[in-house]
Amino acid sequence: MTEATPGLMTYTTARERPFDPPDELTRAREELPIHRMIYADGHEGWLITGWALARAVLAHPSFSTRPELLHPPIQQRLINLQEIRKQPGFFLRMDPPEHTRFRRLLTGQFTVRRMKQLEPRIAQITEDRLDAMEREGGPLDLVQSFALPIPSLVICELLGVPYDDRERFHADSAVMLNLQSTPEQIRAAIDDLLDYLRALIKRKRAEPTDDLLGGLVEGGELDDEELAGVGLLLLVAGHETTANMLGLGTFALLTNPRQLAAVRDDPAVVENAVEELLRYLTIIHIGPMRTALEDVDLDGHLIRAGEVVTIAAAVANRDPEKFGDSETLDVTRSAHGHLTFGHGVHQCLGQQLARTEMRIAYPALLRRFPGLRLAVPPQDVPMRSDMSIYGVHRLPVTW
Amino acid sequence: MKIKADTGVCVGAGMCALTAPEVFDQSEEDGTVVLLQPEPPASREAAARRAVQLCPSGALSLEE
Ligand code: HEM
Ligand code: SF4
Repeated sequence: MTEATPGLMTYTTARERPFDPPDELTRAREELPIHRMIYADGHEGWLITGWALARAVLAHPSFSTRPELLHPPIQQRLINLQEIRKQPGFFLRMDPPEHTRFRRLLTGQFTVRRMKQLEPRIAQITEDRLDAMEREGGPLDLVQSFALPIPSLVICELLGVPYDDRERFHADSAVMLNLQSTPEQIRAAIDDLLDYLRALIKRKRAEPTDDLLGGLVEGGELDDEELAGVGLLLLVAGHETTANMLGLGTFALLTNPRQLAAVRDDPAVVENAVEELLRYLTIIHIGPMRTALEDVDLDGHLIRAGEVVTIAAAVANRDPEKFGDSETLDVTRSAHGHLTFGHGVHQCLGQQLARTEMRIAYPALLRRFPGLRLAVPPQDVPMRSDMSIYGVHRLPVTW
Repeated sequence: MKIKADTGVCVGAGMCALTAPEVFDQSEEDGTVVLLQPEPPASREAAARRAVQLCPSGALSLEE
């Protein structure tokens, strides 16, 4: 191991303000788009904060996503990755061509056209939640009443997972994503969720169902362990992410009343607003991470084989060279090209689904409750700095 | 302007079909890109160009 060089960065998820990435990482970007970084296990790798370099790494075939090659930017993260890597079918952590095989089996289910067909059903699910909120009356927690149930219901119906079983997989995925969880807790949560999915897949083998998992079972390309791994990835990625965008996005709009009014009153703004909220809030606040498989010259920096690169997507998404006046939330700008869904071959499979859900849910909420407001002071909203996906733990609102 | 699409590289992310729906579609089967207009009319060139830039996998390229 080489001696620590001056200016060696460490990673942080500690934020000074709820909607802005850590100041330390922003300062790093203002200085240079790439820094040496010391990892939690002593590994010396890299930190990327500039948009162009981040995009270059994610598109580069010499960077791998395999978990056994990674070093942890912060301690807790590694444990989580090591546990998941043992699962066949978890293609988020595979390189091509292994990755390609799984991705190809699924992309036909997530096309723009397919998502358009889901719109009426997503709108119905959203209206049902809003009706339930109206019946219950404020104040209530928007996460439990709205932000979490909508994407959960949608992904359950799409996959063919009974929504009535949600308590089990909500609890398991909360443990998996909690940065404070012990290795034992994470292993238990993953095993529990896999057991659940194995049993579900067995039932689908016996009695075919007309849903995504049922289709994969019938397709016969994947064995039961691979199916369980695919199910795990889709179920967890499919509800936690969008749920946090809905919760955090509503919080951000409630503290920016003019932006909120635009989303509520002008349907033409909604598309851009969703991209801008994705950019501005970047709920993926650790990574993406990659490991160099061979020496790579990255804009004059030599990344050696085996060195890990951590991309601070939240900071890259505020790069003024790409986004201009990047520190303000402006729902009318075109934020296309943000890295919140990643880039390269692993770019989010569910992104068109997430977009569809958000384009329906934000305006529907704001129109149903034009007087929507926080029921606590903004500084009392508990933030998910302790989770691998950022957002709000609870959002008490009334109207 | 002429667009080329390499379905062997495409990962079906759908950025093209989202950005320039008149020019790109995705196959029902595996979600990979389908070129509706390999030589888009001038009115759609800007959108098509943006789609090529946004494509995450490098499956799309331009021949001017
Ligand atoms: C706002 C919501 C979402 C965000 C911000 C998000 C973000 C991301 C990111 C950053 C990646 C790439 C990670 C990397 O390159 O290391 C990814 C991959 C993935 N996402 Fe999402 N996601 C969201 C919603 C969804 C939904 C709704 C699904 C549902 C099916 C989903 C399924 C996946 C899958 C399967 C992958 C792995 C793709 C691959 O490795 O080829 N995501 N997501
Ligand atoms: S944007 Fe690129 S990767 Fe995505 S579907 Fe179109 S061609 Fe394929």
